[in-house]
Amino acid sequence: MTETVIQVAYLIAAFLFITALRALGRPDSARRGMQLAAFGMAVAVVATLLQARIVTFEWIAVGAVVGSVAGYPLGRWVPMTAMPQRIALSHALGALAATLVGVGEYSHDIALAAMTRSHVLALSFEVLLGSLTVTGSAMAFGKLQEILPGRPVTFPYQNIVNLVLVATALGCLGWLIAYPMDARVFVSMIGIAALVGVLFVLPIGGADMPVVVSLLNSYAGLAAVATGFAIDNNILIIVGALDGLSGLILSLAMSKAMNRSFTNVLFGAFGAEASVASDVAAGGEMSETTAENAALRLAYAERVIMVPGYGLAVSQAQHQMRELGESIQKRGGEVRYAIHPVAGRMPGHMNVLLAEAGVPYDKLVDMDEINERFADTDVAVVVGANDVVNPAARTDRASPIYGMPILKVVDAKSVLVLKRGRGKGFSGVDNGLFVDPKTSMLFGDARQSLLDLGAEVKSA
Amino acid sequence: MNATQTIQLFVFLLAGFVGFQTISRIPPLLHTPLMAATNAISGISLVASLVLAGSAAGQLATVLGTIAVACAMANIVGGFLITDRMLAMFKRTPLPDTNPAHTTGASHHD
Repeated sequence: MTETVIQVAYLIAAFLFITALRALGRPDSARRGMQLAAFGMAVAVVATLLQARIVTFEWIAVGAVVGSVAGYPLGRWVPMTAMPQRIALSHALGALAATLVGVGEYSHDIALAAMTRSHVLALSFEVLLGSLTVTGSAMAFGKLQEILPGRPVTFPYQNIVNLVLVATALGCLGWLIAYPMDARVFVSMIGIAALVGVLFVLPIGGADMPVVVSLLNSYAGLAAVATGFAIDNNILIIVGALDGLSGLILSLAMSKAMNRSFTNVLFGAFGAEASVASDVAAGGEMSETTAENAALRLAYAERVIMVPGYGLAVSQAQHQMRELGESIQKRGGEVRYAIHPVAGRMPGHMNVLLAEAGVPYDKLVDMDEINERFADTDVAVVVGANDVVNPAARTDRASPIYGMPILKVVDAKSVLVLKRGRGKGFSGVDNGLFVDPKTSMLFGDARQSLLDLGAEVKSA
Repeated sequence: MNATQTIQLFVFLLAGFVGFQTISRIPPLLHTPLMAATNAISGISLVASLVLAGSAAGQLATVLGTIAVACAMANIVGGFLITDRMLAMFKRTPLPDTNPAHTTGASHHD
């Protein structure tokens, strides 16, 4: 009887979760959908507490209190600019939970001497994917939080070393299927997978982070699927499948937006080789402008497109960008925001930042749609974006970013680029847009520059 | 492979199919909330942690289970809160004039 109640509760939860994902298809229904999902979660958790295997509640209470106290600031106080590392951290937490459950279940079954082959297979997959995701996400977190160097780190024979380690881990898995009770091999496998996680994220540079963060999302989901198989729990299988697929779909979308194959992102170590071919293309001088002159053009422009990039997040200038946009609109200009799929460090990063600043979402326009509009745009304002507006991606076959879909900023009647200094972008590639005759450069911190522009437009 | 495992494979396959159909439709605008949402929902691994922490199956299992409960709980609480916070920020441009007389008045004359 109790078992039926639990299963029905899981069924309700699964239904509400899928409904919530459907509601996420539209911004106006999304919030209500997620509230229903939270309710579904509560139903599933309460029902689980009825389960016969649970005999004491004191440690559950301790864990729940600690987790809630840690989770509240992660939900309420983390700024939107820190979302990529916040997401990486929660992949790590989710995967850690899966790994620990796997180890716990394994030790439990060893003690009872009740280990079957199929059970050890599921548990092995669980801890393998779990520990890889824990260390990989921790590395991604460290890079995004700038505790670790964000540049790709490479060493000789890197890919061979990784392949050997992966093969060894899979060898351990094979061994465990033959000898399920060999705890030392089980522990070694976890250690190797954890090392693979570190080495796998080490050569990934900042601009490739959207792919990796999505991929780790996918692994965390698959670890949950394995948990579901290991403990005969359908809701874990369902949710893990949704999570795993969502991560996979996002990482494929991100690779596509960079015109790079999956394997190239993961094993290519972009920045390392890029600088060789690019020195030829550079030609011409950047022409510098002042906030006053630039503001004059913005104040009398009819159509303006803002192009935010990662630099906007770094200098936390989303509010200043919205203020500048509003000042231009007050003077009669039309302002839109062009969103490149891989601008920033995670899928949708720019959308969330600008929504936080109060930009209505119908002004945020995806790449394919906005690209048609650049030609009749008076001023395109590029803030902290570089590779995603580099015309070499369309014209220069020798360029390492050739073929990547870009925002056609270069088609606009005039371009204003806000940039911290004269340096190159993440890929180390020169940007022809910056030396184009119709481009003016405004150097300085993005936040200060936008603030100056906003004030000047108001008084112009 | 026994009957239970076969059914589990069915569940996995069908959930994957439904998931693909549903998630493919989510616009890039909401991709960050999607990641936060799947993080929150994947906190459902709490149900496995609860069983481990509460089953009194030895010290190791209890310690691991308790840590796992804390991790999963942090994802649930933090994940749902931040998703809600994010989704509350996505707003349309407020319509400047909502008087229907202006917009529908002349539309029937062809």
